[in-house]
Formats: sequence, structure tokens, C-alpha cells
Amino acid sequence: MTEARDIDILHFCRSQTLRHLMLMVRSPSEVINPLLFFLLVIVLFPLGLGPDPEQLSLLAPGILWVVALLSNLMICMRLFVDDLEDGSLEQLAMARVPLSIAVLPQLLASWLASGLLLSLVSPIFGLMLGLPLEVAPVLVASLLMGTAIMLLLGAVGAALTVGVQRGGILLALLILPLYVPILIAGTRALNEALQGGDPTVALALLGAGVTGGLLLAPLAIAAGVRVSLEL
Amino acid sequence: MWRIIHQFGSPPWVYRFCDKVIPWLMPITIVALLVGSVWGLLFAPTDYKQGDSYRIIYIHVPAAVVALAGYYVMALAGLVSLVWRVKLADTAMRAAAPIGAAYTAIALITGAIWGKPTWGAWWVWDARITSMLILFFLYVGVIALFEAYENKSAAARACAVLTLVGTVNIPIIYKSVDWWYSLHQPASIKFTGESAIDPSMLYPLLLMIGAFYCLFAVTVLLNMRAELAWNHRDASWLKQLVQGT
Repeated sequence: MTEARDIDILHFCRSQTLRHLMLMVRSPSEVINPLLFFLLVIVLFPLGLGPDPEQLSLLAPGILWVVALLSNLMICMRLFVDDLEDGSLEQLAMARVPLSIAVLPQLLASWLASGLLLSLVSPIFGLMLGLPLEVAPVLVASLLMGTAIMLLLGAVGAALTVGVQRGGILLALLILPLYVPILIAGTRALNEALQGGDPTVALALLGAGVTGGLLLAPLAIAAGVRVSLEL
Repeated sequence: MWRIIHQFGSPPWVYRFCDKVIPWLMPITIVALLVGSVWGLLFAPTDYKQGDSYRIIYIHVPAAVVALAGYYVMALAGLVSLVWRVKLADTAMRAAAPIGAAYTAIALITGAIWGKPTWGAWWVWDARITSMLILFFLYVGVIALFEAYENKSAAARACAVLTLVGTVNIPIIYKSVDWWYSLHQPASIKFTGESAIDPSMLYPLLLMIGAFYCLFAVTVLLNMRAELAWNHRDASWLKQLVQGT
């Protein structure tokens, strides 16, 4: 009896991930808009700062990271909204799988569609800002890990604010201060690589952030979802 | 043991506890503040490098210390509220947030005033200053999240989760001095080993830190009492207590 009722967690996670990926395929604008936002804001900087390539390449690490941070914030604002409205978040909370694990597939799907995509195309944006191609591996690696931490942290804020009126601005207020260490480590890795230094320390810190975030953030996300559902 | 926990959860008991403690703690705070500031501002020796401008340390450092400690108090209250669902912890957290934010603001403003004659700039993007600014935003975030919720018990739980997530940031604030060494001097008070500040300057500073802790406690208790009075404004025990019957 119990065996039949037991849910295979891996199977559950796989089908949930596929469900969220399918949802994104069906409304591609949710995937493409943050990328377009990223591109547009990056275009704004040379227009505002002047086209001098040397100055731009000096500022490029900071620009790329701040814009990645903002586009991540846009993704976090949408994170649990639809699922709360159509009731699937409640179903998720009542599933036999622990809620802290049950929220992970959605994060994985979101990260594949945002963080991974953004990291892979980021060298193109880097070239536009005058970053040499040699630092592209560091840029991609730092963004891969940075976007993962930002999504995990952002999901905590999203879970806490999803039930609140005008939660978007509030989310930014709650989450941006927590992004500061990621921003510092990420730009540090890029700057070290640019100046011929060793970026591994900063990259290792980001890796530690991903590990710690994966361990702790799901608990906070689950607690936040329960608060928002008033369970 | 269980009775103590039970008592801490009971609003009338806490209200009376506040009533009993505040008349004691308030005079101690005022005396300590007066003695500490007169001692620090008038009698402590003049610094040979910074002259008299260093005396703002007697406001700046205590405010910064208590601002950090205040976040821990909030996080601890948040933990108690999440795990044991003690209503009082919600009230304590709610009461501590604006006061902690005020202390952080005082530390930032006095730091800016001190920075002008010492470094020649009102604001320097140094690790510790930036961390204090982030701490300020963390406090403001907790207050804003609390205000955003209609249901106040859900608000308290949301804030508890947020403060616990925010405590991850506190070690970074402490470590930041070591990580990104810059214009700001490293911490100069050490309880183990020799401290870099002369005892004649240190003792009034320690007194002021103590006074600021007391002030924090008094204001949080006052705030909690007001909060309790508002939440239970229709309760009969409150009317009896206020009317003194």
C-alpha cells in the first residue's frame, strides 16, 4: 500500500521541470524579454557614457554584472505569480514531496531559460563593451554561478512577496541588498582576469555561494511559500 | 521552566513586565548617557592626529555596535517566533526593526560628518561604510515587508524568514574589513590582547556603548508596550492596568 503511494522524488522533479520548461516554450516572451532587457540596458551605457572603447572596457565588468542582476530581478518578479493564481502552488505545497524540494524544479527550469542562456550569450555583450575575448571563459563561469545564487536568493524574496499587492518593488528592496556580495565577487573575478591576475579565488567564492545557497535557500523558499499561502 | 515560557507568551504579563522594568532602566540609561558624553566630549584627552574631531567616536561607534547587535536581536526574535510561534517574539521583532534602522542611520550620518575632516570627503565607498548602508536597507526591507502584509501574523512570519536570511549578511559585514581593506581603519577595540586605543579614551567609549545598549533596550520595551496596548486596545486587562484598579 505504502509503496504504491510513495512518490519517486526524482520522477516528480523531472516531470515538474518538464512542465515548467513546456510553459516557457509556450510563452517564449517570458524567456526572451529578460534577454532583450539585458541587451537594451547594455546599449544604453555607451550612449550615456560615450563611445570611448578604453573607458567602456574599464567599466564593462560592472555594467555587465549590474545589468545581469537587474534582468534576474525581472525573472524573480514573475517566479511564483502564475502558480499562485491558478492554484498549482497550493497543490505543490500539499504534495507528498517536501516543499523545499518541490520548489526546486521550477528554479531549475527558470535558471535554464534565464541564467544559462544569459551566461552563454554574455561574451557577445562583452565584446560590444570592448572586453577582450580572453576573459570570456571567466565571464561565462562567473555569470553561470552568479545567476544561480541570485535566482535562489530572489526566489526567497519572490516567495515572501508573491501574495502581496505591488510586490515587485518590495521584492527589489528586499533582495538587492542581499545581491551585493555576489556582485562584488563577480566583478572581482572579471577584473582579476582583465588585469592578468588570478580569478579563481572570486570564482571559488561564487561556487561556495551556489553550494550554500542550494543547501539553505530551499528551506527559506518553502517557509516563504507557506507564509504566502497562509498555511 | 514551562511556566516562564508560558508567561512570556502572555500579553498582560509582558505589559506589566515592561511597566516594571522601564522605570529602572530609564534613569540608568540617562545617567550613563550623560556621564559618558560629558566624560568623552570634555575630559577624554585630545587625539594627537585628529584633534578634537575624533570625539564623534563616542556617538558613532556605539551606534554602529548596537545597530549590528539589534539585527541579531531581531533575528533571534524571528527564530523564536518561527519555531515556537510565541506571539511576543513577533512584537519584539516589530518593535526592534525601526529602532535598529534609526541606529544604523545615526552611525552612517555621524560617520559622514567624521569623514569630512578626517578623509576630506563626506562619503567614501569603503567596505564597512557600504556594509552599514546595506544593513540599513535590510532593516528598511523588514519594515516594508511588515507593512505590506494585511494579515499581521503572516507578516511577522514573513519578516522572521527575511531576517534569518539577512543574518547571512552579518558575518559578511564583519569579515568585509578583512576582505576589502581600504581607507577605513581596522577595528581598534580588542578585548583580548592590547587594544590600539588608549584606556583614557577607551573607558568613556565602553561606557557609551553600554549606555547605547540600555537606550536600545528601553526604546524597544517602550515600543513593545505601545504595540501591545494597540493590539489589545479592547481587552479588559489593559483597561484595568491603565486605570490602575
